[in-house]
Amino acid sequence: MALLEINQLNRRFGGLQAISEVSFAVEPGIIKAVIGPNGAGKTTLFNLIAGSLPPSSGTIRFRNEVISGLQPFQIARRGISRTYQNIKLYPGMTALENVMIGRHIQSRTGFIAGMLHLPWTRREEAQVREHCLGLLEMLEIADLAEVEATSLAFGQQRAVELARALAMEPQLLLLDEPAAGLNIYETAEVGRLISKINSQGITVLLVEHDMSLVMDISHEIVVLSFGRKIAEDLPLQIQQNPEVIKIYLGEEEKEDAQG
Amino acid sequence: MRTCLPILLLLATVVLVQQLTQWTGTPFYLTQLTMAGYYSLLIIGLCLVMGYAGQISLGHAGFFAIGGYLSAMLTTRNLLAYQDHQLVALADRLGLLMGRHDFFGNEILALHPWPAALVAITTAIVVSFLIGVPVLKLKGHYLAMATLGFGIIIYRLVLGTPIFGEADGISEVPGFPLLAGLSVSGDFGSRVSNYYIAWGMVIIAMLLLLNLINSRVGRALRAIHGAEDAANAMGVDTARYKLRTFILSAVMAALAGVFLTHYSAGIGPSEAGVMQSVRYVAIVAVGGMANLWGALIMGVVLNFMSLRGMFGSYDDAVFGAILIAMMLFAPQGLLRLALLARIKNLLTGKKDGAA
Repeated sequence: MALLEINQLNRRFGGLQAISEVSFAVEPGIIKAVIGPNGAGKTTLFNLIAGSLPPSSGTIRFRNEVISGLQPFQIARRGISRTYQNIKLYPGMTALENVMIGRHIQSRTGFIAGMLHLPWTRREEAQVREHCLGLLEMLEIADLAEVEATSLAFGQQRAVELARALAMEPQLLLLDEPAAGLNIYETAEVGRLISKINSQGITVLLVEHDMSLVMDISHEIVVLSFGRKIAEDLPLQIQQNPEVIKIYLGEEEKEDAQG
Repeated sequence: MRTCLPILLLLATVVLVQQLTQWTGTPFYLTQLTMAGYYSLLIIGLCLVMGYAGQISLGHAGFFAIGGYLSAMLTTRNLLAYQDHQLVALADRLGLLMGRHDFFGNEILALHPWPAALVAITTAIVVSFLIGVPVLKLKGHYLAMATLGFGIIIYRLVLGTPIFGEADGISEVPGFPLLAGLSVSGDFGSRVSNYYIAWGMVIIAMLLLLNLINSRVGRALRAIHGAEDAANAMGVDTARYKLRTFILSAVMAALAGVFLTHYSAGIGPSEAGVMQSVRYVAIVAVGGMANLWGALIMGVVLNFMSLRGMFGSYDDAVFGAILIAMMLFAPQGLLRLALLARIKNLLTGKKDGAA
């Protein structure tokens, strides 16, 4: 049974049909990529899945439960975490504190216990810190734990955001252009990292522009164009799909020729 | 650890100040310091809402007034004429009433301050919940305007309602017997003990709030302040956190109202005024927004100066001016290192590196 099922999803912004009758499923344990030219509706699709936007019609099911219409925090609590295309870290907080927010739903200290600083909240806090330091270590940014997150270099901020998303121990990880703004070496590194995360049993759905990265790591690909799904297949088949070449790769060739 | 030492320093300062007033023969300062202490309860609560959760409230004098006025009204309303009424008789049997004699020797039977305070605080919780649920969906100046509206309503209510004394307010409020032998009241004889009661409450409140901001909850609040949608996406129920913080601060404002009213034996409509709310916001801003210690220190200093009459008839104008100056020159607050560094750069003639 599919982990995530998207069924005839629609989203309109005024007169613009950003997502139109999109349906696909994500099987557990795989890396699936959503590609498409700019304005194809990829980020809108992510916002619909994560609950930041309600769909105009259609349903999204996660582990067989309808999650469309729920608030983002409710969707997060069901096991979906995300990163953002233009990085959203909390200013004024250290890298470690940012990642610790990712542990929010795994811990339970509330207002009363927090004010009283009870022994069990102290233990819980220490565990959260320990776990998050481990994640920073895995992403090789442990030395930046106490640095204010928004003052870090771009690539490091991406890593902090990824650590924050992983701290939730999600079943499904939504990555919105994880390689945007990174150079070719950093991109390759991100690719290895995503495969490593996936090998630990986390299903990954990613939106990405970098074709080599997508073809390298994903098991299945969905292609969007003007809000519609025009193909869904294995990477090799997608590369040979004439329609995809026409709307997507063809466009790039034209750009290359101009450049 | 990181909260213990400053709290001990605060405790030492409180004791030292009291000793100083004794040595220098100026114990009358303790009266304004006690009052400033109660205002500080409200101010650090507001600091939590504004500085940490990032929500503005221009209506906190309203919650102070709910605490003060309800407590004053319930403990002064003479129930002697209704003594035979079932409810009054029941309250009497439960020990909820307190009999006493007023200035002229007339007998008064009114609600005991403990149940009165309980009613006042509960009302503050209910009202802050009812106001908070719709209003906290708003952001920025929309939220400011909505809370301002709430403040105006409370002000006009106490000013226009006969049981709240209209323009005269309520006077002859009895002392609040906290524990055996300890009573919150303005008697000269208990000036020192009242100073310690007020500051004991401030120290406890500071300890609780400092613990809170260093906990999972404080971290979530700061995340909401920084990037609300990203906090929500990480599983933080942002609406609930904002509401709970708002209610907590309303309770602290109401507590301040209850105790200050018993201490000064009365309350007037100016305490519910919008200018009073503006003053609280100005103090939190001067203190550095996300800085409980800054808010506490500036709250005590400015309230003490104001209560000693140092600003004369320009009292409100001074706080208005402070707010303008803060927003223009130091929106991060006066007690912020960034500003200190800037001043240092100015003095040493260096260019501002942060710009």
